[in-house]
This record gives sequence, structure tokens and C-alpha cells, in this order.
Amino acid sequence: MDMSTIIVPVVSLGGMGLLFGAGLAYASQKFAVEVDPRVTAISEALPGANCGGCGFPGCGGFANAVVDGKAPVNGCPVGGAECANKIAEIMGVSAGEGVKKVARVICNGTHSNCKEKFEYIGIQDCKAAAMLAGGSKGCQYGCLGLGTCVNVCPFDAIEITDEGIARIIPEKCTSCGKCVEACPKNVIDIVPYEQDVVIDCNNKERGKGVKDNCSVGCIGCQICVKACPFGAITFENNLAKIDYDKCTNCMLCAEKCPTKAIYANFENRKKATIDEENCIGCTICKKQCPVDAIEGELKQPHKVLEDKCIGCGACVAKCPKKVIEMK
Amino acid sequence: MEIKGLFVILVSSILVNNFVLSRFLGICPFLGVSKQVETATGMGMAVTFVMTVASIITYMVQHYILDPWGLGYLQTIAFILVIAALVQFVEMVIQKVSPTLYQALGVYLPLITTNCAVLGLALLNIQFEYNLIQTITHAIGASIGFSLAIVLFAGIREKLEISDVPELFKGFPIALITASLMSIAFLGFAGLV
Repeated sequence: MDMSTIIVPVVSLGGMGLLFGAGLAYASQKFAVEVDPRVTAISEALPGANCGGCGFPGCGGFANAVVDGKAPVNGCPVGGAECANKIAEIMGVSAGEGVKKVARVICNGTHSNCKEKFEYIGIQDCKAAAMLAGGSKGCQYGCLGLGTCVNVCPFDAIEITDEGIARIIPEKCTSCGKCVEACPKNVIDIVPYEQDVVIDCNNKERGKGVKDNCSVGCIGCQICVKACPFGAITFENNLAKIDYDKCTNCMLCAEKCPTKAIYANFENRKKATIDEENCIGCTICKKQCPVDAIEGELKQPHKVLEDKCIGCGACVAKCPKKVIEMK
Repeated sequence: MEIKGLFVILVSSILVNNFVLSRFLGICPFLGVSKQVETATGMGMAVTFVMTVASIITYMVQHYILDPWGLGYLQTIAFILVIAALVQFVEMVIQKVSPTLYQALGVYLPLITTNCAVLGLALLNIQFEYNLIQTITHAIGASIGFSLAIVLFAGIREKLEISDVPELFKGFPIALITASLMSIAFLGFAGLV
């Protein structure tokens, strides 16, 4: 075989490649664009998932926006405080503590709790299922549990339980909001990570409409509104809503809710304790307590009744001597 | 005679055999970068530059490298090499000269590399056995045709944005229908040459 059939093409193409390469190398120096070094530094500090959770097109877009002053340094919901601090350092400002938020499926309509209208056999996707008479669930507002959110979650933070409901793992969730967008039932909400009390129902119908289909739905009885000592619960479209700024995680509402539609993490419930040596017996805490869990006479050290205390922290906020602690 | 022949090539490549609307080449940027007249113009200019220079260089490559050495089978890869290098160059220049245009063109700028209109033009030049002058004329005509199509289309799409389009036709569907109607309109030039 004639070697030139190989050598000639290799040399000619290679030569062209070299020539163009050299030309481009020269051009890249001549037309070099100075990029703000902060943009590169911020891009490196970001998680790089390009999820778009910040509202900018990808991490690069966010980095540019931060440098331009159009985005806050803690604007990345994924990177969290650590990432915000790094960016703040690059930009030379302080980040301020952002509250970590997580997504939560506000529905507890498991197979045992919520009736099915019919058996759905079709594409295993909530959007497809929702098009067929609003899905197989008796409740029109509940989680269909076919995993559309699982598929869009870039962080592997959602799973479908055996009971047919999507559950979000708060530790993995970065509140990027992709599942919120993807859910055809709008049953995913963003709540603060530290929040221990959440209304686990999305049903906006009146009491009977809820009760006929689901045993754990919000029936709009408003008992929680009356039970809340802090006025943190309001009603909107027959559905209870917690104002997370006012809520103190006292969990009284969850105790009173007749259908158990309010989720509360009772294990996290705190108790107030008064440092009796430093208590001056001003009785302010006694007056503040919504459940009369503090006893004591004027000018005598006060005491917290452990079994009555709901851990709302109202006394801590008002104590003039700062001798009450939550444990 | 020569001038007349060139004029025929020019008119035919702009109107009759319009690259986008008759040959259906370069549809990707045609649909992708035609939301605003301004960016469409920028894209048209970038493609014009790449097309013209690429035609000249590919002509040289074909006649002074590939043909003498009997390497006609390397035509495609050699041409793509030329186009890729040129696009890289154009990208650098645009980024330096007009960052706004660079932002607006976005991913479609590097995609000129794989734009079939550019490669199609280079291959057609060889196929039609044009000489250098004819090649350049054909390239200019083709790129004017491309720019004309994309700018006209962008103008219509700007109007479409504010017009009352039925919900299910909004966005891309109506754009595709518009493009096909434009193509039919350009069919009217068929008897011109």
C-alpha cells in the first residue's frame, strides 16, 4: 500500500489545523476580553448545578448579576449560608443570615387516609394523570404520588412513600423550587427548615367536601385559629394558613385539630425553665403564658409546670432579667 | 456577459433559491434568533461574514489543496475545519466589539459552526463549478438572502408578540406557520430566473 495515501491527507489537514490554530491563538490575544475577576471567583464558589433556582439563567448569569448589584449575595438558594459567605467575601460585604427554607408536600392523603375515585392505569406521571378527570384521588387538591416532582428534583431529595405520597427529605432539599413548578396540583410549598408545625392539607373545599374523601383533611372548623395564642393562623379559601413569622412552634393547634391535618414534630417540643436563683418574681412571665404553665407568687421565684408548658417561648421574650431558657 | 451571469447568480441566491426559505438550510438560527429585529440583524451580519470568508477559503482549499492531491473525499471535514475556525474568530470579535450582541446571540453564535447553510454554501459552490468571482457573488447573495429572511421573519414575530394569537398557537407554533407562509410567498419568485 502506498503510504502517501495516508501521509498526504494527514499532513494537509494537520497543516490546515495548525494554521487555523495559530491564527486563533493570535486573535484570542488581540481580542481578549477582560472579565471581571469577581465573576470568575463567584462562579467557582457557586454549586454549579445551573438549576435556575435563583431566577437567573444558570450560575454564570447569577454571578454576573451579583457583580452588577442586581442580585443579593445570598441569592443562591442551593449553596446556603456557606456559599453566601464565600460570595460575600468576594464582594466585600456581609451576607446576613438567610433562613434556610425547604420544600414540603402539604398533603397527607395516603392510600389509607384518602379515597380513590377510580383506578388509574396509564403513564406514571402526575401531569398526565391530572389531565384525566383531575387524577384518581377523591381529593382534587392532593398529591397524586406518581413522582413528577421526583423526576425534576436535581438533588435526589424527593421520594414516593409506600402509601403513595411524595415526601421531601429536608436535609437534601435546597428549595430550588423545581418541584413546586412541576407539580400539577400545586401541593408543594416552601416552608422554613426550622418550622415544626405545618398545615399538611391543600384542600380548599368546605368541610363536607373534604370529609367525604379524606380523613386527615382541613375541614375549615377554625379550631386552630382559636387555639393559637399568637394569632398566627388565618383562613383562606377554607384552608388554614400559618404565618411562619408569628408561629412559635407551640404546637397547640396540632393538638386541637380534630382531623389531625396539622403536622407537628412533637419530639422537637421545647420546655421553658426558669433559673430560680436569678428570678425576681416580677410575675410578667406568668401573665404572658398562654396556658398558665407558670406558677409563683409576687417577689418569689417562679416555676414552670413541665406537663403544661408548650414551649412557645412567649415568657422568654418578655422576661426582663433574661433568666428563662428553652430546652 | 460576465456581469449578467453574476447578476443572475446574485438574484437567484437572494430570492429564487433563498437558502432558508427554498433550500431549507440554516433553519436553526432562523427560528432561534428571530425574536428581535436587532439580534436578527446581528446574526445576519455574523452569518454574512462567516459565509463570505468561508466560501473564499473553502474555494482555495478545494482548488489548491484537495484537488491537486486528489483528496476530494476530505471535502466535508476540511470545510468544517475552516468554518469552525472562522466562527471561533467571529465569536471573539463580537465578544470584544459588542458584548450586548454577544449576549443576545447566545448559544446560536457558536452554533453557526454546525449551521448547514454555511457548509451547504461551500459545498454548492464546488458542485456548481463556480470560479472565484462567482463563488464570492454566490456567497454574498446567499448571505443577503439569509439576512433578508431572518430580518423579515423577526419583524413579523415582533408583531406577533403583541397580536391576539389563539392560546394553543402562541409561541413556536405560530412562528412555524409564519415561516411556512413566508416560504410559500418566496415560491412566487420561482419564475424569475
